Amino acid sequence: MTETKTSGNRSRETRIGVIGRPIDRIDGPLKVRGDATYAYETTLEGTAFGYILGAAVAKGRIAEIDTGEAERAPAVLLVMTHRNAPAQPDFGPAVTPTVPEVFTRARPALNSERVRYYDEPVALVVAETFEAARAAAGLIKVRYDEEPGLYDLPAHVADAYAPKRTNAGFETDSVIGDFESAFAAAPVKVDATYRTPFEHHNPMEPHATLAAWSGNELTIHTSAQTLANFRAGVASTLRIPPERVRIVSPFIGGGFGSKLIAHADTILAALAAQVLQRPVKIALTRQQMFANAGHRAEMIQQVRLSTDTDGRLTGIAHDVWSATSSFEEYCEQTAVFARSLYAAPNRVTRHRLIPLDINRGEWMRSPGEAPGMLAFECAMDELAERLGLDPIELRIRNEPVQDPERGVPFSTRNLVACMEEGARRFGWERRNPTPGRAREGRKLIGYGMAAAIRPNYIGAATARVAIDRDGRVTARLDMTDIGTGSYTILTQIAAESLGLPISSIKVELGDSRFPRTAGSGGSWGAASAGSALHNACNALKQRILEAAASSEASPLRGAGATDASFADGEVRLGQRSTSLADLIRRIAPDGFEAEGSVAAGAATQSYKAYSQHSYGAHFAEVAVDCDTGEIRMRRMLAVMGAGRILNAKTARSQIIGGMTWGIGAALMEQTVLDPRYGHFVNHDLAEYHVPTNGDVPEMEVVFLEEHDDKANPLGAKGLGELGVCGAGAAVANAIYNATGVRVREFPITLDKLLPALPVIAI
Amino acid sequence: MQSFTYERAASAEQAAAAVAAQPDAKFISGGTNLLDLMKLEIERPAHLVDISRLPLDRIEETAAGGLRVGAQVRNSDLAADPRVRSRYPMLTQALLAGASGQIRNKASTSGNLLQRTRCPYFYDRNMPCNKREQGSGCAALQGFNRTHAVLGASEACIAVHPSDMAVAMAGLDARIETISPGGETRTIPIGDLHRLPEATPHVETVLGHGEMIAAVTLPPPPPGRQVYRKVRDRASYAFALVSVAAIVEKSGDRIRSARIAMGGVAARPWRATEAERTLAGAVASDGAFTDAAEAALAGAVGHGGNDFKIPLAKRTMRHTLAAAVESA
Amino acid sequence: MAETDYRNGPTRRAVLEGGVATGVLLATSIPAYAEPAGAVSAAASAAPAPTMPMTLRINAKDLSVELDPRTTLLDALRNHLGLTGSKKGCDHGQCGACTVLVDGRRINSCLTLAAMHEGDEITTVEGLAVGDRLHPVQAAFVARDGFQCGYCTPGQICSAVGMLGEARAGWPSHASADVAAASVALTDAEIRERMSGNICRCAAYPNIVAAIRDAAEGA
Ligand SMILES: Cc1cc2nc3c(=O)[nH]c(=O)nc-3n(C[C@H](O)[C@H](O)[C@H](O)COP(=O)(O)OP(=O)(O)OC[C@H]3O[C@@H](n4cnc5c(N)ncnc54)[C@H](O)[C@@H]3O)c2cc1C
Ligand code: SF4
Ligand code: FES
Ligand code: FES
Repeated sequence: MTETKTSGNRSRETRIGVIGRPIDRIDGPLKVRGDATYAYETTLEGTAFGYILGAAVAKGRIAEIDTGEAERAPAVLLVMTHRNAPAQPDFGPAVTPTVPEVFTRARPALNSERVRYYDEPVALVVAETFEAARAAAGLIKVRYDEEPGLYDLPAHVADAYAPKRTNAGFETDSVIGDFESAFAAAPVKVDATYRTPFEHHNPMEPHATLAAWSGNELTIHTSAQTLANFRAGVASTLRIPPERVRIVSPFIGGGFGSKLIAHADTILAALAAQVLQRPVKIALTRQQMFANAGHRAEMIQQVRLSTDTDGRLTGIAHDVWSATSSFEEYCEQTAVFARSLYAAPNRVTRHRLIPLDINRGEWMRSPGEAPGMLAFECAMDELAERLGLDPIELRIRNEPVQDPERGVPFSTRNLVACMEEGARRFGWERRNPTPGRAREGRKLIGYGMAAAIRPNYIGAATARVAIDRDGRVTARLDMTDIGTGSYTILTQIAAESLGLPISSIKVELGDSRFPRTAGSGGSWGAASAGSALHNACNALKQRILEAAASSEASPLRGAGATDASFADGEVRLGQRSTSLADLIRRIAPDGFEAEGSVAAGAATQSYKAYSQHSYGAHFAEVAVDCDTGEIRMRRMLAVMGAGRILNAKTARSQIIGGMTWGIGAALMEQTVLDPRYGHFVNHDLAEYHVPTNGDVPEMEVVFLEEHDDKANPLGAKGLGELGVCGAGAAVANAIYNATGVRVREFPITLDKLLPALPVIAI
Repeated sequence: MQSFTYERAASAEQAAAAVAAQPDAKFISGGTNLLDLMKLEIERPAHLVDISRLPLDRIEETAAGGLRVGAQVRNSDLAADPRVRSRYPMLTQALLAGASGQIRNKASTSGNLLQRTRCPYFYDRNMPCNKREQGSGCAALQGFNRTHAVLGASEACIAVHPSDMAVAMAGLDARIETISPGGETRTIPIGDLHRLPEATPHVETVLGHGEMIAAVTLPPPPPGRQVYRKVRDRASYAFALVSVAAIVEKSGDRIRSARIAMGGVAARPWRATEAERTLAGAVASDGAFTDAAEAALAGAVGHGGNDFKIPLAKRTMRHTLAAAVESA
Repeated sequence: MAETDYRNGPTRRAVLEGGVATGVLLATSIPAYAEPAGAVSAAASAAPAPTMPMTLRINAKDLSVELDPRTTLLDALRNHLGLTGSKKGCDHGQCGACTVLVDGRRINSCLTLAAMHEGDEITTVEGLAVGDRLHPVQAAFVARDGFQCGYCTPGQICSAVGMLGEARAGWPSHASADVAAASVALTDAEIRERMSGNICRCAAYPNIVAAIRDAAEGA
C-alpha cells in the first residue's frame, strides 16, 4: 500500500493526507466474510447455555416459584432464582451521588423476590444446550402477589418532580431574563405541545455475554460500548476488585447507547459460571431487550416561542415532562440544546420527571437532541409560518453571536452556512410555502428542513502504541468499534502521524486490559480515543527521535536538527533521512512503546472558554398518499459542519444512519406501554417498526470544511449522533408542507393524518 | 420450545394419518409461522409431521381453465409463475406485498392460509387471550387494538387474519382441497375455511384434526382488471393495516361486475358482497366507488385504537376501485 | 381457572409462568432464604436431551451431527457447527440477519429446523468467498461501506446473492409496475423493496443499495 505517498492538501494538519481519506474499513473483509466474532460467537470448551425467564407482572413480589420440573428436565444444569443466586449488593438509591456512578453501580439480578418491572428476570436456567435451557424455563411456575403500579405518563403529569440534574450532569432548569412577561407581550407567538413516545434502541445484535472464571479471575466476552464502565459495574455487582474482571468486546453489533452498562445477560452469566464452574453463555431474546436493555422515555414537551414582528425571538421556553423509572432515575437532557441554539433575551428550559413502574431509560442515540429537536424544530417551523417567513430566514435572524446562555464564544459554528448550502443543493426555492398545494397525481409533496446541533464531548482516554523492529506498529486501547469506524480512523491517525502505510498499522480494541478510554458513547469516541492515540504517536516519535539522535547505531546520530518529520516510511532529521524500520532495527531491536492521553473535556480550559458543538441542516422531501395518508420519503440531504472529518466514507455512513433514525422517529418508531399491565405491548421487530431499506430514500451528505482547534488536537468533533438531531423534524415539517396537517404526537402515522386529509375527487 | 418428535411424511395420506394418530401432532410446512409460535410456546406440538417435501409443489392447469396450486407451492414460486402473473396479477401482487423475500421463499400456500393472528397479546403468554387460552379474556378489546378487526369480531376476540395471499384468493373465489386421514378428500370454498371468532376464537378453521390441505384451485380468471392494494405502516415488511383486492369488469361506462375482498379488517379475508352488489350495473364514478365503500363498511365497529381503519378501508377501497377501473 | 369472563379474564395474580392453568404448587418446597453462594448444586438429573443424527451439506461439505430435533438451522450453524457468520437478530423471521441460501434460495435460517434440511445444499456467508477472493457482492459491500457494525451484514450479503438470482429469473417484486412483464430492470427502488427483509439498524441502506447495484452491474 502506498497511501502515504499521495499527499493531497498540504495544510499543517493534513500533511500526509491519510486522515480524512475515504479508505475502506479495516475490518470490512472480516465483516463481509462472517469472520468478525461477536460476543455470543466466542466458544470455550464446556460452555453451557443460559436462558432467562422474565416476570409476568410489572410490580409485586414472587409469592411462589416452583422450579422442580425445570430442574428435572433433560440436560438442565442449574436453575437459579432469588432463592439460590449468589449474594449481591442491594440495588441502592434511585439517584447515585455522582454522575459516573450511574455507570459503575451494582446492578444485581435475581437478588430479591421483588418485581420492579415487567419481564424483569425471575429465573435463569442453564443447560447443556440452548434448546434445553429455553424449554426448561417454560416449565417454571411462578405465582405473584401483584401490586398496582403506575404506567400512564399523561395521567400523572401533576405528580412530576424536578430532578437534581439531567443526564450528563446538566442543570435541570435554566432561566434567563423574564420569559413569561416577554411571551405575554409578544406580537407573534407559538405555544405548542408535542408528544414523543417510548422508543427502543434495537441494535441488531442482542445483548449477549459469555462469562468464564479461571480461579478468581473473570473474563466476560460481551457486547459493550465502554469497557471500563462495564468492568466497574460487573465488579461492584459481584463484589470483587475490578482488576479481576476482564471485558472483551472486539466487535459490537450496534449499541446506540444500550450497551453502556451491564445488563442481566452479563451479571447472570457471571454468576452462573461461578456456580457451575464452567463457562456460561446468555443472550437476551429480542423480546426481552424491550424491558431489559433500556429505552427512550415517553415525553410531553411544551415549546413556547415569541418574536417581535420582524421574527426576532424575544422568548424561548422548552418544558419537558418525561417518564422515568420509579427505582432508578434517568432524565434525558431533552431541552439542553435549546440553551445554545438560538438567540433570545428571555429563556427558560426545564426538565420534570414522572416515575413509572418500568425499567430505567438508557442513553439512546442523541439523548436530548433526538426527542427535543423533534419538538423544538417543528415549533420553529410553526413560528415561521405564523410570521410568513421562510424557515431558514427565521433561523438566520436568530443566529446568536455567542452562546446565548453561557455567554462564551463558539469554538466554531457553521449553522447558517449549512442551511444556505443545503438550500442551494436541495432546490429549497421550489418549496411552496403554502402547505397542501404541491400534488403529483394522488401524492401530496412537501419539503421540510430543520437545524441540527450536538455538543462536542471529550472523555478521558489513554492509548498505547508500540513499534517493532520491522516497523510494524500496534496501537492498543480499550476503545470499541460499534460500527462507527474506530478501527479504521485510529489506523489512519497512527498512519498519518508516523508516516507509515495503513498496512503497517494494527489497531487492537475492545479489551479492558488495554489502556482505558471513554469508549463509544456521546459521539465522543473518535475525538477522545483519536486524540489520545495522536498524543501517543507524538510521544512515540519523541522517543524515537531522542534515541536516533543519541544512539551509536543510529544513522541520524548527531543530525543536530530540530525539524524532524515522519513521512513515507522514513524519518527525516534536518537534511538526513532513513527508513523508520531500518532505524528501529538498528537502535532498538526490541522496539519502542509510548502512551498518550487526553483529559476529559469538561475539565479543560478550552471547554470552559468556548461553547463547542457540531452543527448541521437537514432537508427532506416526502410524498403523502392523499387517499390513505401513507407517508413515504423521497429524498434527504444533510449539510454538516462537524470539525475535521477523519474518514469521509465512514463519516457519511454515520450521518445517513442518523438521518434514518430521524425517519424512524418521525414516521414509525413507538413502543406502546399498556397502562393496565405495564408491559411494552409491541415488543418485537415485527410490531416495533424500524425503517427498512424500502423506507429510506436517496440521501446526500455534505460536510463543510471546518477545523475546530479548540475542540481537541485533531480538530475533530462528534458525528455519530449529529445525523439524528433535527432529522425527524425536517421530515415532520415536510409532512406539514405536503398536507397542511400538523401532527404533534409522534410518530406521525397515517391514522393521525387521515382525519384531516381532505377527500380529493377521483 | 417443548420437545417433540419429528418425522418426514412419505405421502399425503400418511401425513394426514400421522397427525390424526396423535392429539398433539401438527403438520409443519414452511415452518415460518409454526416455529415462530413454538419458540414462544404458544404452540406446543408433541409431534411434527414434515410435509414440506411432499410432491404437492406443482401448479397445474385445470380442465375448467383455472389453476390448481399444490399446498407446497412456495409463496415466491406462486407469485413468480408466469400464468399467475398474467391471469391472476392481483394474487401475485398480494403475495409480493407480504412478508419478505426470504419468508416467501419458505412459506407454503397452505401454511399461508393457516397462519395465525399477529395480535400482540396473543403473542405474549402472560396476557389474557381467549384465542391462546380459552376463557382467559381478551386483552386487546380494551387495550392496544390499533391493528385489530372492525368486521365480524366478537366480544371474545377481535383479532385479524394477517394473510395477504388469502385476500386475493378470496376475491378470486379459490377453493381449498383437503385430504383426511382416511384418504377422503373435500373441497371448501375459501370463504368458508376460516371461522369468525364468536365465542370460540381458538377454533379458527373448519378443518378437522389431521385434515390436510392438498391444493388450492383457482377458477378461471374472472373478466376485469385486478388490483391488490395494501396499506401499511412502513414501506415494506409489515402486515396490512387494511388491504383491498378488487376486480372490476366494465361495459361501456358502466360496471358489469365487481369482486372485492378486504384484508386486515376481520378474522378472515372479508368478501365485500354488499359493495359488489352496489357496483353491479352502476356507472363507474367516484360516487359509485364511495357508495360501495360505505356499503362494505356499513357494519363495521371500531374498538378505539382501530377506529381509523373504518375510514381508511373506505378510502382505500374507493381509490382501489378507481384504479381497477382506470384501465379496465 | 375460576373466571371465564371474556372481557376481563382471570385475575393476573393467578397467572402461572408455565402457562399450565392446572399447575399445582408444592408450597412446602420453598426455602425461606437464599442459600449461600457456591452451595448451589447442579440440578439433580442432567439426563441428556434426546437427539437425532443428521447430515447437513453446508458450503459443499457434508457434516454429520447429532442434534436435538428442536434445533433450528441457525442454531445448528452457530452453536453446533462453528459457523457463526450467520447472525441471530430476532430468532423470529423479523430481521433477516440469519439469511442463508438453501439450494440457491434465500431463507431465514431461524425459522426452519435443521432436520428439515437434510439433503439440501446450504450456503452460508462463509461459503461465498473463494479463498482470499471475496464474492463480488462482498467486495462491493466493502467498497461502498454497506455496513457499520457488521451484524446484519452476512444476512444482507446472502440475501443480496439470492435476490440477484431472483431478479435474473425475472421475478417481479412489490415495486414492479407490471408484475406480468417478463423481465425486471433492477432499479434502486427494486433493490430497496427486494432487500427490505433485511433490517439494518445502523441504517447503511443507501450504501447497501449502491453495493448491490455495483455487483449487479458487474462493476
Ligand atoms: C416477520 C414476518 C412478517 C410477515 N409478514 C407477512 C405479511 O405481510 N403478509 C402475509 O400474508 N404474511 C406475512 N407473514 C406470514 C407468512 O406469510 C407465514 O408465516 C407463512 O405464510 C406461513 O407458511 P408456512 O408454510 O411457513 O407455514 P407453517 O408455519 O409451516 O404452518 C402454519 C400452520 O399451518 C399448518 N399447516 C401448514 N400446511 C398445512 C397443510 N397442508 N394442511 C394443514 N395444515 C397445514 C401448520 O400445522 C401450522 O399450524 C409474515 C411472517 C413473518 C415471520
Ligand atoms: S384479540 Fe383475540 S387474539 Fe388478541 S388478545 Fe383478544 S382473544 Fe387474543
Ligand atoms: S434472526 Fe432470523 S430473521 Fe431475525
Ligand atoms: S451494519 Fe449494523 S445493523 Fe447493519
